[in-house]
Amino acid sequence: MKALSGPGRFDAVVLGGSAGSLKVLLELLPRLPGDFPWPLLAVIHLHPRQEGRFVTLLDQRSLLSVKEAEDKETPAPGHVYFAPADYHLQMEPDQTLSLSAEERVRFSRPSIDVLFDSAAQACRSRLVGVLLSGAGNDGTEGLCRISEQGGLTVIQDPAQAEHPAMPQAALDALTALAALGVGGPDHVLSSGGIMELLVSLAEEACGQAGGRGAAPEGGRS
Amino acid sequence: MDQADVEQLETTLFLEALYRRHGYDFRNYAQASIGRRVRRLMDKTGAASVSHMIPLLLHGDGLLPLVVETLSVNVSEMFRDPEFFALLRNEVIPYLKTFPFIKVWHAGCASGEEVYSLAMVFKEEGFYDRTTIFATDLNPLVVEQAKAGVYSLDSVRSYTANYQQAGGQAAFSDYYMARYGWAVMDASLRENVTFAPHNLATDGVFGEMHLILCRNVLIYFDRSLQNRVLRLFDESLVHGGIMALGSKESLKGSEVAAHFQAVNAKWRIHKKIAGGAPDMVTGDLDGAGPLEAGLEACGE
Repeated sequence: MKALSGPGRFDAVVLGGSAGSLKVLLELLPRLPGDFPWPLLAVIHLHPRQEGRFVTLLDQRSLLSVKEAEDKETPAPGHVYFAPADYHLQMEPDQTLSLSAEERVRFSRPSIDVLFDSAAQACRSRLVGVLLSGAGNDGTEGLCRISEQGGLTVIQDPAQAEHPAMPQAALDALTALAALGVGGPDHVLSSGGIMELLVSLAEEACGQAGGRGAAPEGGRS
Repeated sequence: MDQADVEQLETTLFLEALYRRHGYDFRNYAQASIGRRVRRLMDKTGAASVSHMIPLLLHGDGLLPLVVETLSVNVSEMFRDPEFFALLRNEVIPYLKTFPFIKVWHAGCASGEEVYSLAMVFKEEGFYDRTTIFATDLNPLVVEQAKAGVYSLDSVRSYTANYQQAGGQAAFSDYYMARYGWAVMDASLRENVTFAPHNLATDGVFGEMHLILCRNVLIYFDRSLQNRVLRLFDESLVHGGIMALGSKESLKGSEVAAHFQAVNAKWRIHKKIAGGAPDMVTGDLDGAGPLEAGLEACGE
C-alpha cells in the first residue's frame, strides 16, 4: 500500500527530458527553494561522459542538494536524484529508490517511462510528472500512467521547447486520454511557467504543513 | 483496493506459486523491476491478468522456461565498465598472484559475456592456468548459452572498443571465429571454467573462493535478499579474498560490511579482512545442489 508521507497533495516530483532539457534544468533547479517539500527524481538522456559533471554543476548552482541516485536509498525532501548513466531509476512501492541495468526501454537507459511508471505505481495520485524538451517519445507512456493514477501532469510547451517531439507526443497522448475521460494534460507551460508552478505548489504545501495558510485550492478531500 | 493494489497482490501470489511449485524464488526481488517483468510475461502469454497465469504455472512445466527467462535479467556485455577491468588487470590480479592457485566465482553470469572477458584478462596476465572459474546463474538455459559461447557477431564487434579501453593486449578478433553472423568464442577461454546453475536466493556455499565477481545482480534484490547473498559471499571467501560488486551496489548498511575493506571504492572492489573462513561456516546447503552435480559431471 502507498505511504502518505509527503506534505500537502504530493509525495514526489518526477522529471524527464532529453535533447534540449539540460538548459531548462539549469534555469529551473537553481530557482527552487532549498526547503522544497518533496524529493525530485530525474531522468535525462545524456551521453554517459557528461553525466557526472552535470550533476556537480547543478548541485553547485542550486539551493537543493543534487546527486546521483543510489540503490535502495530513501529520497529526502529538497533533494534531486538523477539516474546514473546507463542505469534505469525506479521508485519502489515503499517509495525508496532502486536502480536497474535491464534492457533499454525505447532505446534508452535510463528511461523516463521506467521512472514515471514505477513512481506512478508507488505514489498514485500524489505525484507530479514533468516532461521537458526532447526527441523521440520516451516519457509519453509514463506520463499517461501518472495521469491515469490521478497525478498532476506538466508538459513543457512544445512550441517553446528546443526539441518539441517528446513533449508533443506526450501532449497528443494525454489529450487523447482526456477525450476518454481518464486524465489529461494538466499544465502546458514555458520553462519559466514550470518553475513558477513548482514554487507555488511548494508554497501551498509548506503553508499547509505550517498550519498558516488557508485551505489550498484543490486540496485533497 | 484499486487496480494497482490488486495487481501487486496478484504478483505476490504468482511469485509464491512459482516458488512453491517449481522452486524458483523471486519473492524477494525488488518490486518495481519484477512487477514490470511479470507484466511483460503477461504480454508474452496473452494472459488477461497476472492471476490468470497461476493455473498455467501450477498444472504443468510448459510455461516454466518462458517464466524464468522473462523474470530474470540476462543483459550482459563484454568488458562493461572498461575501467573496472583495467583495475582487475593492474591491481587485483597482481595481488591474486600471491596465491599459488585461485578459485573464482562469477555469480549471476547470465549468457556469459563477462566470463569470457574475465578469461581473456587472466590469460593475458599469464595466470589462467592457475585459475578455476565457476560461472553460475539461476537459469539453466542461459548457463547453457554461456557454455556454448556463441554471440551475435555485431554485438561482439561492438565490444572491441571496450576491450581496448580495458587494456587488452591482443587482437580482440583472435578470441572468436566469425561464422554466418555469429561469433564463436575460442574454446580455450572456457578450459578452466565450470558452468552450472546456482540460485543465489536459495542455494548455499559450494566452495572456498579467492575472487567473487557479482556485478549488477544485487540491485534486483530487496534489502533482505541482498543481505542473504552478501552473507553467502562472505562465507564463501577465504581470508584476504576479493569481492567485486557493480558500481552502484554498496555494502553500506549490510551485516557483513565490517568484514570488508575497500580496495577501490568507486568500482566496489572489496577485500575480506575479518569474519570466519568458509570451513568454519555451516551454510544452509542441504545436500548436493545442482552445482555439486555440475562439478561431478565435469569430473572434478
